[in-house]
Amino acid sequence: MEKRNQMKIEFSARSENEAFARVAVASFVSKLNLTFDELEEIKTAVSEAVTNAIIHGYEEDADQFVTIAASYDDESIEIMIEDKGIGIENIDEARQPLFTTKPELERSGMGFTIMENFMDSIEILTGKQIGTRIVLKKNLVKNKAFCN
Amino acid sequence: MSLLIDLEVVSGVLIVRLRGELDHHTAESLRQQMEEKILKGQVQNIILSLEHLHFMDSSGLGVILGRYKQITSRGGEMIVCSVNPLIRRLFELSGLFKIIKIRESEGEALQLLGVA
Repeated sequence: MEKRNQMKIEFSARSENEAFARVAVASFVSKLNLTFDELEEIKTAVSEAVTNAIIHGYEEDADQFVTIAASYDDESIEIMIEDKGIGIENIDEARQPLFTTKPELERSGMGFTIMENFMDSIEILTGKQIGTRIVLKKNLVKNKAFCN
Repeated sequence: MSLLIDLEVVSGVLIVRLRGELDHHTAESLRQQMEEKILKGQVQNIILSLEHLHFMDSSGLGVILGRYKQITSRGGEMIVCSVNPLIRRLFELSGLFKIIKIRESEGEALQLLGVA
């Protein structure tokens, strides 16, 4: 098996960087010839995780940093989004569709549901006052080339 | 790319045309601009045209749901039109599909409101 190609970026927890984050990940995986839908799914899932880190993890403290580490080989793409913020109090609750701790900010509570639906797997690691790490994975169709 | 917001009021209908990307960063300005028009009181119904919206995430769902609640509590309606397949999936996942009317085009949406 080919060695995984990797990248890592770190950026201020500012809302204007949400667009940067999803575009950076999309351009990192651009060599993989993903379909338009696959690419949009990845961008949306990354946007959700980064937005969560900024709003919930850091409660919009722009002095903090969000880290993304991504890698791929010909079988899968893996994207890790990490903050060193306050952590998630109750993961089961957070994963419920429409559940939000911040209704006053018009949060829809759909972030995790979208990540779960748009990616093949999601792993959530969180610790109170330690931070949250989300690992998103998308499997690649191996014999894609033969379909063309 | 960020979000361009075009607002027009036609016979009591606030037509909101979005171009670009609707995420957490751009949602706040959309909320403010729409709220200002709604609270002024000359708006009975809302049409949200998403033809040129290239990206949306759950923050977009939040701001749309917020304005939906605002206009329906005043007895009005909200119609969303020209929704691309990916944004349609977000509407379906969140159940917004069931409560908000969706039409193919701005013209059809206006017709539904009896304006065209």
